[in-house]
Amino acid sequence: MKPRHRKLALIAAVVAALGLAVVLVLNAFNSNLVFFFSPTQVANGEAPTARAFRIGGLVEEGSIKREKDGLTTRFVVTDTARTIPVIYTGILPDLFKEGKGVVAEGRLGSDGLFAASQVLAKHDENYMPPEAAHAIEQAQKAQQTVVE
Amino acid sequence: MIPELGHFALIVALLLALTQAILPLYGAQRGDFTLMAVARPAAQGQFVFVLLAFVCLAWSFLNNDFSVLNVAKNSFSQLPEIYRLTATWGSHEGSLLLWVLILAFWSTAVSVFSRHLPEDMAARVIGVMGLISVGFLAFLLITSNPFERLLPAAMDGNDMNPLLQDWGMIIHPPMLYMGYVGFAVAFAFAIAALLSGKMDVAWARWSRPWTTVAWAFLTLGIVLGSWWAYRELGWGGWWFWDPTENASFMPWIAGTALIHSLAVTEKRGAFKAWTVLLALTAFSLSLLGTFLVRSGVLSSVHAFATDPARGAFILGFLAVVIGGSLALYAWRAPKMVTGSGFTWFSRESLLLANNVILIAALGSVLLGTLYPLFMDAMGLGKISVGPPYFNAVFVPLMAPALFLMGIGPLARWKEASLPDIATRMKWALGVAVAVAILLPLTLDGFKPWASLGFFLAAWIALAVLVAFADRLKHGQGGLLQKLSALPRGFWGMQLAHFGIAVGVAGIAVVANYATERDVRMDVNSYAELDGYTFTFRGTTGHDGPNYRAVRGTVEVSKNGKLMATLHPEKRVYNASGMAMTEAAVRPVVFSDLYVAMGEQLDEQGAWTVRLFHKPFINWLWLGALLMVVGGFMAAADKRYRIALRRSEVPKHVAAQGA
Repeated sequence: MKPRHRKLALIAAVVAALGLAVVLVLNAFNSNLVFFFSPTQVANGEAPTARAFRIGGLVEEGSIKREKDGLTTRFVVTDTARTIPVIYTGILPDLFKEGKGVVAEGRLGSDGLFAASQVLAKHDENYMPPEAAHAIEQAQKAQQTVVE
Repeated sequence: MIPELGHFALIVALLLALTQAILPLYGAQRGDFTLMAVARPAAQGQFVFVLLAFVCLAWSFLNNDFSVLNVAKNSFSQLPEIYRLTATWGSHEGSLLLWVLILAFWSTAVSVFSRHLPEDMAARVIGVMGLISVGFLAFLLITSNPFERLLPAAMDGNDMNPLLQDWGMIIHPPMLYMGYVGFAVAFAFAIAALLSGKMDVAWARWSRPWTTVAWAFLTLGIVLGSWWAYRELGWGGWWFWDPTENASFMPWIAGTALIHSLAVTEKRGAFKAWTVLLALTAFSLSLLGTFLVRSGVLSSVHAFATDPARGAFILGFLAVVIGGSLALYAWRAPKMVTGSGFTWFSRESLLLANNVILIAALGSVLLGTLYPLFMDAMGLGKISVGPPYFNAVFVPLMAPALFLMGIGPLARWKEASLPDIATRMKWALGVAVAVAILLPLTLDGFKPWASLGFFLAAWIALAVLVAFADRLKHGQGGLLQKLSALPRGFWGMQLAHFGIAVGVAGIAVVANYATERDVRMDVNSYAELDGYTFTFRGTTGHDGPNYRAVRGTVEVSKNGKLMATLHPEKRVYNASGMAMTEAAVRPVVFSDLYVAMGEQLDEQGAWTVRLFHKPFINWLWLGALLMVVGGFMAAADKRYRIALRRSEVPKHVAAQGA
């Protein structure tokens, strides 16, 4: 091979490798995106049933119920307009409290119960998870438009 | 008075930074040596004043001056002294001040260790660092004054976030910033080279040790952060692919690519334009990382909207630095001469493959980190990209890079012989395959990803052995003499590569064979995990300086023999009322036993408890530390100092030519 050809072959190899990487990345990206839905959106049937997603809002006052094993917890997430019942097995984060913001990742059962695989902890008492804040903001906006 | 003194010192530092930037850069362009000579004293003076400001802020924190807003927000009178000191860089304002302090420190280091550089080069490097300093000091003074007063003064502070009250967090930010800001030196060298048009091999040799040291610090900073998250967050995880972590990981990947590309530029004169581009990229990503974490944009893109001054300044600054440097690059890079050629199988081509893979990995992390922010900012919905994406992309991308890592250091420059390397590595391949098959049998079953990890770890470790064996064949004297005669650059590289092998082995085990259980534990009941018996002996009250805690006692035994007694805690901090889990971690040989308390369940003292067995997690920290030591060692190589002495001779000649 002439040096020029060699250089071209090298460039072609690099481009091919990068192309492969891009395909790999975009494929993984597409199948692993986790979308966020507010309780109102879930109640309207906008959330998928086949795929995991995130919900967020406030833990409704008086809704936390612990089962006998001490590890399974049921609670209700609200955006002040609609609510979703959630079940989670495991230890909850320190900042999980009634009346506080929460984000949970999991799947929606056919019975409307959201089985959370993960309840997200945040690092600060006063900090509202952005998704939760967003859900409440949206719900309140929607209510205001109804009132008007 | 002291806070005002600090504020004043910052203003003086800004004026000095302006001087340090403008006069030397102008002088270098004009060939005016008087103006160029301003660079060093201005940089050193700036350091003195930034240090003064930093000491003033630290003094305010140590003395509980709650009339300073920053102190009132981030400290507390009951906070132990060491945390009051570290609270200095716990806030947005304080951490930016630390950033500027470290930048001034690096500038001063350059001003001291640049005597061998041509005068115009040194002036340009220090001048560019001055420009960066101007940006940061202006940002501090205009939008984030750390000395802002609070009138009337608060009675007491809001306390430091309890999670940050840990000694991993004491040293993590300074080390991380040493790395981030260290890349500013590489950036300044690249810009100086572009400005002067002198893109020679000497340039690569000058900037190489600085870059390697910065990379080593960044590695240390990242691993300290990971170690902190592992112990302090109570989930037993050491890497979450959280945007905050990715923010520091992206400059690390770019920096890793850069130190390898610099090697080619220094030794062979090739990849010049690419190396410069990487230097610009590494620092741009450091800036992006600092701002991603520090601007609050990660917790909410709308934080930008609530504080438009900060947001606008940050975006403007990023645009100027990245846009300006890329424009300069586009203008100057075509003039660079290409170095000597190489064949498809040579050390150059292998390092090229390393760079291509690392950049692909960088792109994938960048996509996963910024895409959700972009979608949110555009109002296109909220999404999150979690560990499954990063694992699915990162592992397959890095596996070939790790395999090539075994071959690269054995390959010759310019033209290597594939059959020759195949002969030398044949047995290593066999051993690595055997390890990959046999090792999982001693663990809990065969897992393909774990086996791949073992194979790659063994492969890299054996390649290090082969490289040493090759070097020791030649030379005279005993083994120890020969070993100590090897250049530090060689030692550093091999040590860092060996560190990767150790780290990969650790990750392969802990990611595949770690076990955990969430259990309900009554007093004196027990739970089994991986052959260990955890017995819960109940809790007692325990008060810390600024918190009240419930302390549990968990005895761990194996085959009836007591291995460890662990004391996990559940704390409530006095000032904020914030609850926090303090996990108890105890290494047993290569494994960690890890216990975290959940919640109290009844009056009889039953608790939910999370138990972990984390085999080989220590190898991860050990591997990272080997990489850090390797980095420092490589930067201490004699040839950088020899180059230093040699270039002293033609210094005035170069100066006359300029």
